[in-house]
Amino acid sequence: MKHLLSIADLAPEEITSILDTAVSMHEVQDRQVKKLPTLRGRTVINFFFEDSTRTRASFEIAGKWMSADTINLTGKGTSVSKGESLRDTVLTIDAMGVDMMIIRHPASGAPAQIADWVDCSIVNAGDGTHEHPSQALLDAYTLRRSLGELEGRHVAIVGDLTHSRVLRSNLLCLRALGAHVTLVAPPTLMPSGVHAWAAADGFDVSYDLDEVLPQVDAVMMLRVQRERMSGGYFPTAKEYAVTYGLTPRRLGLLQDHAVICHPGPMNRGLEISADAADAARSLVLDQVSAGVAVRMSILYHLLAGEGDAQ
Amino acid sequence: MSTTPPLLITGADIEGEGAGDVLVVDGTIRAVGADAAAEAPQDTQRLDADGLVLLPGLVDLHTHLREPGREDAETVESGSQAAAVGGFTAVLAMANTTPVTDSAEVAETVLDLGRRAGYVDVHPVGAVTKALAGEELAELGLMARSRARVRVFSDDGRCVHDARLMRRALEYVKAFDGVVSQHAQDPRLADGTACCHEGELSGRLGLPGWPGVAEETIVARDVMLARHTGSRVHVAHVSTAGSVEVVRWAKAQGIAVTAEVTPHHLMLTEDELVGYDPTFKVNPPLRPSEDALVLRQALADGTIDAVATDHAPHVRQDKEHAFADAAFGMLGLETALPVVSTVMVAEGLMTWSDVARTMSTTPAHIARLTDQGQGVVAGASAHLTLVDPTRTHTVDRTLSRSLSRNNPWHGRTLTGAVHLTMLRGRVTARKGLVWGNTTEESDQ
Repeated sequence: MKHLLSIADLAPEEITSILDTAVSMHEVQDRQVKKLPTLRGRTVINFFFEDSTRTRASFEIAGKWMSADTINLTGKGTSVSKGESLRDTVLTIDAMGVDMMIIRHPASGAPAQIADWVDCSIVNAGDGTHEHPSQALLDAYTLRRSLGELEGRHVAIVGDLTHSRVLRSNLLCLRALGAHVTLVAPPTLMPSGVHAWAAADGFDVSYDLDEVLPQVDAVMMLRVQRERMSGGYFPTAKEYAVTYGLTPRRLGLLQDHAVICHPGPMNRGLEISADAADAARSLVLDQVSAGVAVRMSILYHLLAGEGDAQ
Repeated sequence: MSTTPPLLITGADIEGEGAGDVLVVDGTIRAVGADAAAEAPQDTQRLDADGLVLLPGLVDLHTHLREPGREDAETVESGSQAAAVGGFTAVLAMANTTPVTDSAEVAETVLDLGRRAGYVDVHPVGAVTKALAGEELAELGLMARSRARVRVFSDDGRCVHDARLMRRALEYVKAFDGVVSQHAQDPRLADGTACCHEGELSGRLGLPGWPGVAEETIVARDVMLARHTGSRVHVAHVSTAGSVEVVRWAKAQGIAVTAEVTPHHLMLTEDELVGYDPTFKVNPPLRPSEDALVLRQALADGTIDAVATDHAPHVRQDKEHAFADAAFGMLGLETALPVVSTVMVAEGLMTWSDVARTMSTTPAHIARLTDQGQGVVAGASAHLTLVDPTRTHTVDRTLSRSLSRNNPWHGRTLTGAVHLTMLRGRVTARKGLVWGNTTEESDQ
């Protein structure tokens, strides 16, 4: 495995292997001295062409705890804005002899294009409305810790699905691990061609959250941006919250063991109520905490290769 | 050019309708068939064309030559050379240059650049609206009356989406038998970010969707406007089965609508976008194979009138961006005939006579070119294209005469190759190489 561009590139055993390694990485987090020598002398560039707080921080911490030299670059501060092509920009950094670039880019597919141009490893840290593989891996890790193996489990993914890279990676990841997935959103927020896609890949599509909630083991709420209203995707925030929000009433529809995820940042009162976000069954903070461990595992699998993680 | 000796082309399959000889004297087809050899003067040179197909010189309704303004991507001269290599003897150069071809002065500049280059007849297309802004009409009449005699008007790259302005443009150009070539894209349904056919694939790839309906609603509106005004409308680069349905219906009503399809929409499909290679980013986008099949059928049955390249050169740095940020467009002049040969003729959907109709006679007629597309007949100007119908070749983008390299056909093997191109009896290209534009040597 040289790059992590899309969950679609990973075999189920590779996903499982990354999640298993993350378990031992997670233990590092509880140590007083959080440092492994694994990536000493390796250089990892966090190249973010789009703003990010948690993903960037968690990749940076993951690199530092594994003793890599990590450097943060932002697209805005480089020659990208001066008319240089993206290829020129990344080749310049690659030529400095780096081992890995972790790319966040507002355009779908940019990390895959960059992987074709450069020699170093590329990790997709979120590309446009395409994928966010490390988020899906940490979500799977979190769900697995809570529910056990995901084979046969039923997960609903609810929210602004058409604009969500988290959706695409999670759908692929959960399906690869054998989970049953149902997408829930108003028709305007479903990805294009969702019915053909569902038929090809074996998942379900519903416009009725009340009908789906009693059946699931986990519900993953995705952020809905208020700006979408101006695009005519839905009439008002109130209508969205009433029809698709995880309201206090809907919490009562969930099975006792069912859990709640949200990749953040949350819009409390829109897609998720405070009651749901702060419920005992909410895994929101577990997701954040798993982020560093899973990203350490990703760095390990791409840069350290086979062998003992410790 | 008067020093070009007479030339007898022998044994060519003339427009796919049988072998015969063609005599070219002083830039004109003097005789065709049995009389040709008998009428040949003493100093006639001979060109053995056994096994080759002889077509009237190809005419491209839709080319971007980039000059003036982006001479780093293409010049009138380099684009003309690519056209000649591709078997063309006339091209219509789109107006989206810098400055825009929205005045008689710019139109005449482009015309003169074409004449100076001398490889093909370059006919400027005039902008419909000033600076392509979609707000006020450009000086359509002055362009029509200029030396460039502009007859085709288009804001290509942008849609004339204001219904009232489109109506006025259609009405206005009637005075000089002009036609508006519409880039059909409702900007409210497919804005400037739209870059992938909207469907399952755009859903999976997370690319902004460009739904077929954004084209189809404009085509439907425009044919109704053409009916209302009694004017001619031409649909540029038709890309969906739905647009074909509308055009077929409109023609059945007697509405004066014509349509063109590009070689890439005939042969390539949206599946090329899986790797996010901006070489395949084009507007309108590549569509699913179901649409491509309907386009082929519609070209064969005459619903679509013409093949046009939408040759759109771009420098490397404008393509080497993230897919969403890269420029739209792909090269097409050199590969158009081989692609049509491969996907239409070799597949048995069209004859060479149909190729002559869709790539020469009809496009010349749509653009009201009087000296092009007359067919291989005695008395016509000697604009001729010899095709080797069985030669296969693998496209190598580095061999292109274009200054740009955004060639989606690179590495593909196509059947059928342009053997020789002749403009007014003068050879302009032969087997992929341009011939001198001032020397008078013939092939032999």
